[in-house]
Amino acid sequence: MSDKPVTFTIDGVEITAKAGQTILQAADDAGIYIPRLCYHPSLPPGGHCRLCTVKINGRPASSCTFPADEGLVVENDTEELNDHRRRIVEMLFVEGNHYCPTCEHSGNCELQAMAYRLGLLAPTLPYFRCERELDASHKDVYVDRDRCILCGRCARASREVDHKVVFGFEGRGVHKRISVDAPHNLGETNLAAADKAAEVCPTGCIMLKRKGFAIPVGQRKYDHEPIGSEIERSRSAK
Amino acid sequence: MAEAHSTLVKEVVEQFGADRSRLMDIARALHGKLGHLSEDIIGEIADALGIHRVEVRDMVSFYAFLSRSPKGKTTIRLCNAVVERMNGADEIAQAFEEALGIRFGETTPDGAISLEYTPCMGMSDQPPSALVNGVPITGIRKADVPAIIDAIKKGGAVQSLPVAEIELNLRQSGPVIFAPMDRGAAVRRAVDMTPDEIIATMNTARLRGRGGAGFPLAMKWDFCRKAEGDAHYIICNADEGEPGTFKDRVILTEQPDLVFEGMTVAAFVIGAREGFLYLRAEYEYLLPHLEQVLARRRRLGLLGENICGREGFNFDIRIQLGAGAYICGEESALIESLEGKRGAPRDRPPFPVQKGYRNQPSSVNNVETLCCAARIMEKGAEWFSSIGTRDSTGAKLLSVSGDCERPGVYEVPYGATVATVLNMVGAEDAAAVQVGGPSGQCLAPRNFGRSISFEDIPTGGSFIVFGPQRNILESMHQFIEFFVEESCGWCVPCRVGAKHLDIIFRKILDGKGTRADYQQLEQVCMTVKTMSRCGLGQTAANPILTTMRNFPELYDALLQSDDFIPSFDLDKAIKEGCEITGRTPALEEHHV
Ligand SMILES: Cc1cc2nc3c(=O)[nH]c(=O)nc-3n(C[C@H](O)[C@H](O)[C@H](O)COP(=O)(O)O)c2cc1C
Repeated sequence: MSDKPVTFTIDGVEITAKAGQTILQAADDAGIYIPRLCYHPSLPPGGHCRLCTVKINGRPASSCTFPADEGLVVENDTEELNDHRRRIVEMLFVEGNHYCPTCEHSGNCELQAMAYRLGLLAPTLPYFRCERELDASHKDVYVDRDRCILCGRCARASREVDHKVVFGFEGRGVHKRISVDAPHNLGETNLAAADKAAEVCPTGCIMLKRKGFAIPVGQRKYDHEPIGSEIERSRSAK
Repeated sequence: MAEAHSTLVKEVVEQFGADRSRLMDIARALHGKLGHLSEDIIGEIADALGIHRVEVRDMVSFYAFLSRSPKGKTTIRLCNAVVERMNGADEIAQAFEEALGIRFGETTPDGAISLEYTPCMGMSDQPPSALVNGVPITGIRKADVPAIIDAIKKGGAVQSLPVAEIELNLRQSGPVIFAPMDRGAAVRRAVDMTPDEIIATMNTARLRGRGGAGFPLAMKWDFCRKAEGDAHYIICNADEGEPGTFKDRVILTEQPDLVFEGMTVAAFVIGAREGFLYLRAEYEYLLPHLEQVLARRRRLGLLGENICGREGFNFDIRIQLGAGAYICGEESALIESLEGKRGAPRDRPPFPVQKGYRNQPSSVNNVETLCCAARIMEKGAEWFSSIGTRDSTGAKLLSVSGDCERPGVYEVPYGATVATVLNMVGAEDAAAVQVGGPSGQCLAPRNFGRSISFEDIPTGGSFIVFGPQRNILESMHQFIEFFVEESCGWCVPCRVGAKHLDIIFRKILDGKGTRADYQQLEQVCMTVKTMSRCGLGQTAANPILTTMRNFPELYDALLQSDDFIPSFDLDKAIKEGCEITGRTPALEEHHV
């Protein structure tokens, strides 16, 4: 990690990163959008989704974890990388059970929005049709694991921001799941509805109860413009 | 009961200094005593360590050898690796199932015996093999099964059965690893030099890592030594999980002193006071032997304080056992595991030489690499670099298994061709060779002129021979299943993508694949390879990609000319419904 500003290029555009920034952070500041799902600006990076993979001097690496450095040549918006990204989003759709038309988060969902942005029309990979547990035991928050993409944001938010460790992982490989810090279920944890962990879920997995459809479908965040537009806007404004 | 357990948990946690980073040892010890780690015990461990229950569960649920549900008093883990299955493991499995009246994954009703599968346990030269409560048995024949069960039922004395004899199968010894050694010579030589001189020596020898990546040792030690930190660590990677390799097991059996010698030289160079040997759980049976060797080295002043009389050179080694996870051979996952966590690899940078164990500079080296380093201290850089080729100096240990007359360990100078090795091992009729294990490449006869070397075919040492009678692609599919099992699940392309490789490849093998399926398979391969976080995912598609390149005719023979064949199986999908309703619908006209 560099302790002074550095200059490097993304897709031929020269940008300057502040000391200590990752490639993704520097790109955000410069108004260049690198697709991502598990990254969240108020949390340390997780490196789970791999959507933010770029080629750095020709080698693939996740831009959310890779420190910006002087003279790096970064490729981001290429057909090859976008193909891989689309396929990863497709993998997430068929790994879980995602029912967009009936999901409360539709229109605010980053997974759905990413699929639209990358032009994923319909999955062609086989569905896993796995069984996943729903946890509605908490008075204010529910966890619908069908929609979990294992981005780990809730776990990082709980640890780093709420200082609680309500969420963690369990199992390995395709059996990996989000797990809660209690013998049985979420209702036994000290999670509060106002916690960061209850707010950062990119999909409809961790949701607040009694908040359904406050904004009608059609008027939600990604109903108006593609995900990433807010970052790209700052560039066109320059 | 619950209270007794609570006392036991406290005792065990105290025994490991209530140190969170020793969670692996704590979990292993309690698992050994209780047979499994229930949710209650997980909670007790968390309380005793002052950490969160979800952190303990996160770790425990990751490792194949730690169970959260009750198991039999004895667990038989039959190895179902590719070479084992080529040598009758499926028949042995059936014999166990029939004799015990249970299926794999189940426990006998009296709670005596559980049957489980385990991936390659480092015995491919003497298949089929199994672990009986951690004790390896090898060369199992169908006729041995009753005696094995009998011994278990009579109190677990499988050690005395003929199948408990482990063959060394050291077929070709060479000057580098297995030549007689002068204990302590390398360390004595090291303390007479400066760390810079030793690094320069390794540089002259052009020694490259034997664990797979081939990183120059001199550079790794130099980076580590120069990285700032409160402490520096040397870690010996004895996880040896790549299916088909077992050479580190033979080194640890025959030449453990040479390994510890290499670690001690490394400690002197990088300034480590503490070192670890991460030993895969499958090799737990070697632990008493290794502890004895360490104790002797302490007595001889080769470990401990002021080593070899060198004032202030203090260093010791602890052996850390794993718990059944191939990914823990990946160096950053190994470090996480060593810290008592799930074996999830880290993103790099930072590299372990910058931030490794406890975020301090750490050098992770393969068992064989460390032996080479010790030998170079003993015999000199020129001697070492005179063996092998210009870019690949020294010799490589190969673990040879599969369809050959003389499976075992061979020390081969770098540059030897695949054909030379095949001659050596008695496999002139080989139809294919898997070099480097599932993560390596599958070679066809027209590739046999290529050489074992960093510049041509790099390998950690696994060398699996397939005879003309084998269905090569079926074995490749088993390799993919191995990656699905062993993917840590951290990142999407590996966790989900490997499973898709399994499904689409299976469809093709079942004769239901079209050109479109082939194309999709290729695309998923590339996504898994390009986008995965660590070496496991980056190489998981290799069994498919290298056979697509080297054996295109095998795919051509399987692919159908139809535009589309559904993977959806209608009969299977309606089976449950038919059973419930007790009738089958007349569907003939819908069948495809
Ligand atoms: C999935 C995976 C498994 C690995 N398993 C081993 C292993 O069992 N032993 C080993 O020495 N290296 C293994 N490696 C390579 C290590 O990450 C690392 O490169 C090596 O230990 C460095 O030692 P060396 O420089 O002496 O080769 C593995 C890598 C990956 C990606």
